[in-house]
Amino acid sequence: MNFLGKLTWSAIPFDQPIIMGASGGVVLVIMAILGWVTLKGYVPYLWREWITSVDHKRIGVMYIVLGLLMLLRGFADAIMMRTQQAVAAGGAQGYLPPEHFDQIFSAHGTIMIFFVAMPLVIGLMNFAVPLQLGIRDVAFPTLNSVSLWLTASGILLTNVSLAVGEFAKTGWVAYPPLSELQFSPGVGVDYYLWSLQISGIGTLLTGINFVTTILKIRAPGMSYMRMPVFCWTALASNLMIVAVFPILTATFAMLLLDRYLGFHFFTVDAGGNAMMYVNLFWMWGHPEVYILVLPAFGIFSEVAATFSGKPLFGYRSMVAATMAICVLSLTVWLHHFFTMGASANVNAVFGIASMIIGVPTGVKIFNWMFTMYGGRIRFSVPVLWTIGFMVTFVLGGLTGVLLAVPPVDWQVHNSAFLVAHFHHVIIPGVIFGVFAGYIYWFPKAFGFILDERWGRRAFWCWFIGFHVAFMPIYVVGLMGMTRRLQHYDVVSWQPWLVVAAAGVAVIFAGIVCQIVQLVVSIRQREKLRDVTGDPWNGRTLEWSTASPPPAWNFAVLPRVAERDAFWAHKVRAKHGQLAQAREYKSIEVPKNTLTGFVNAFFAVVIGFALIWHIWWMAALGAIGAFVTFLAFAFREQDEVEMTAETIARFNRAHPTEVAL
Amino acid sequence: MRYVVLAVVLIGAVALGGCSEGVLDPKGPVASAERLILLNSTGIMLAIVIPTILATLGIAFWFRASNERARYMPDFAYSGRVELLVWSIPLMTILLVGGVAWLGSYDLDPPKAIASAEKPVRVEVVALDWKWLFIYPDEGIAAVNQLTVPVGAPISFELTSAGVMNSFFVPQLGGQIYTMSGMVTRLHLRADHAGSYRGMSANYSGAGFSDMHFNVDAVPAEQFAQWVAATRTAGPVLDAQGYAELAKPSQAVAPFTYHAVTSGLFNGILSAAMQSSDPLCLTPPPSQRAEK
Repeated sequence: MNFLGKLTWSAIPFDQPIIMGASGGVVLVIMAILGWVTLKGYVPYLWREWITSVDHKRIGVMYIVLGLLMLLRGFADAIMMRTQQAVAAGGAQGYLPPEHFDQIFSAHGTIMIFFVAMPLVIGLMNFAVPLQLGIRDVAFPTLNSVSLWLTASGILLTNVSLAVGEFAKTGWVAYPPLSELQFSPGVGVDYYLWSLQISGIGTLLTGINFVTTILKIRAPGMSYMRMPVFCWTALASNLMIVAVFPILTATFAMLLLDRYLGFHFFTVDAGGNAMMYVNLFWMWGHPEVYILVLPAFGIFSEVAATFSGKPLFGYRSMVAATMAICVLSLTVWLHHFFTMGASANVNAVFGIASMIIGVPTGVKIFNWMFTMYGGRIRFSVPVLWTIGFMVTFVLGGLTGVLLAVPPVDWQVHNSAFLVAHFHHVIIPGVIFGVFAGYIYWFPKAFGFILDERWGRRAFWCWFIGFHVAFMPIYVVGLMGMTRRLQHYDVVSWQPWLVVAAAGVAVIFAGIVCQIVQLVVSIRQREKLRDVTGDPWNGRTLEWSTASPPPAWNFAVLPRVAERDAFWAHKVRAKHGQLAQAREYKSIEVPKNTLTGFVNAFFAVVIGFALIWHIWWMAALGAIGAFVTFLAFAFREQDEVEMTAETIARFNRAHPTEVAL
Repeated sequence: MRYVVLAVVLIGAVALGGCSEGVLDPKGPVASAERLILLNSTGIMLAIVIPTILATLGIAFWFRASNERARYMPDFAYSGRVELLVWSIPLMTILLVGGVAWLGSYDLDPPKAIASAEKPVRVEVVALDWKWLFIYPDEGIAAVNQLTVPVGAPISFELTSAGVMNSFFVPQLGGQIYTMSGMVTRLHLRADHAGSYRGMSANYSGAGFSDMHFNVDAVPAEQFAQWVAATRTAGPVLDAQGYAELAKPSQAVAPFTYHAVTSGLFNGILSAAMQSSDPLCLTPPPSQRAEK
């Protein structure tokens, strides 16, 4: 047997100029950044303050950085797909052969769901939830770091597939039998499976961490019905993670057994049944949509309330709607394959169950509307994203309910109409929400607000670009165009696809505006600095502490006596009921650890070795990971003490923390 | 305002797109019924969605911070009547659309035969890498990447796949259904107008997927009989050897016909998935046939 398993020089596609150019460029950029960081002497700082950090705020920021970087990668895939489809009409083959095009759409879906939307949403939850709950960290800080770095491992492996070997050519759902060894003998599906297995474990650990945090650790007095609604949505989202990510892991494990050890769970022969995979995949996949969108709904709720200067309308309704979606989302998976040929009873029941989710979602839209009603709305950038979301999402929801009607689904399933639909809910629902949250909490994380002008430009480019890009996709879908076509013979589709490509260019302008916004804001940070800790006249606890918050978040844990505690405090302060002088006590904060990073290193080694069948390397990786775990388990000291004096000194320097 | 313009453009565009082809230009009873459900459901929902969009924009505009005339109600956070309203509006909408969905699921259930005085034409469909095999068991002929059917007669499809999953889809005749190895799905369609309609695989199946489309030629009954007679006179035979040759992966296969077909081939392909690797060495008892 070969020393390096299946890995040979032929794994690197030297003959593909696009791939070599892209991966060469990426490698150069990474080398340049690493070189610059090393020359500037930032390595110890990065190691100490970020890579080994277990601070939920730092981890949140790192998740968001990962997500934004991967957004660029996923978007590059989108540009290639749209330009390919814009030109490959009639007899033309375009510039991407099926071999390459099929990898691109598979990578686009995989990256956008797992490595863009998930890290962005989890990052915002990491950053904001403990602050909103008025606590000092999540329940298991080291586990949090492990989760982050496992996600990063999955991301790394997926991107390695660009240059070494190939990525899956199966679509992001990797349905068998196509993804079985018989039809996909290459390493592409293995990259897909191991990347997602590794990052999936990270996500599951995050879910456990946040469910525990939200259920068990809250500021004194913060009962469930006093929690900010973002925490509720985070709870629902993480409950779903705990419920469904094990399904995904088990399903992929079965496919891996098929591929590696000749099992027959989903194979064509020997009684395998691919539809089992399809069912199991969507038992995870449909709740996944709500795992992503519910926290975004929470962000919209916070933004709508804050910028209207009003409490969220119908808080109890919102909580009920959130939890209803959380439960209902587990009961609708079959609507992803009404075309399987199930009986009319099955189709009808799942169709109606899917539509019922529209009810709590509709309630949310109306409640945001009534939150604005009677408010004093400041049209800051997060509000633009929120209103843009509301008016766009209802139409995306409409096409979603259409797809839940089985006879309609038979006509548009797997078509471009479906592609347009899920972009129509995920882009406004998740991506707009994440951008609103990014701008909303940025000053809390870094102490200065982001430039408004470039923020507005970014919003309008995204908003207009989205509609130009995806409305034509609905049209070609109704004209009978299916998804994942590398070329097509119906020339009447082409004008619509050219328009869609133009829309992607407008979205690209939006992304450029966002990069400019970040650069401009960093350069003008002194001008944009927020010294109050409360730049938006906020309502919840995260605005009651300094920006950026110290490692301990709150010198004295806030006492919560009502919903929107910080707002209530500000109202009382106006009436002269100021808080009394305070005494500081020493605080223990969790100590930095390299467990997460080292563990992730070994995870990458294991994943890479298994993909290429380098068994000795996989064994070494597993031993390394286990030793890391032992070293962590036997460590003597896991917290460092912040003396009362340190805390008092910080609060004298940043006299913003409000005593609640 | 801009949004209204956009919506108008969208609806106009969809109407335009539907003129020539696709699901909005049905040529048979199934596709017509499905389009009706599509339009009805859209109408029901637009009745609530358009006012919601307008109300959102209106409220956001009126309650802007700079509007002196708007009343600021910083404590307006609950109203039982509004709550009742916001839960019942989407509920009523879903009740209506749900009713449409329920009835449609039964009326248009793909395995349900189309009521007709005429005898249905049976077609056995096999999805191969990457082409379609259509077997006419009653006529004893077969065609690849070309489906010829008589106008007005119900077509009764039995579908399976020799390997990877595909989806059989002729938008202008009616909704799609998966083809899965080892399983049979059933579908009933009818073409009411003569013409040539585009059919395709709707489920991505690998490298040759983009070319996995075919034409459905709906022709008058007498012309169909002529076509059958002509087909019987020329072309290769689809026997075990011919099938093995056909089953090899190939892309963008030009349409052709077989003048004869070994009986039981479809069942052989079907059972191959359950058993060993040779598709023709076994014929399963009818009870073993998986049905969805």
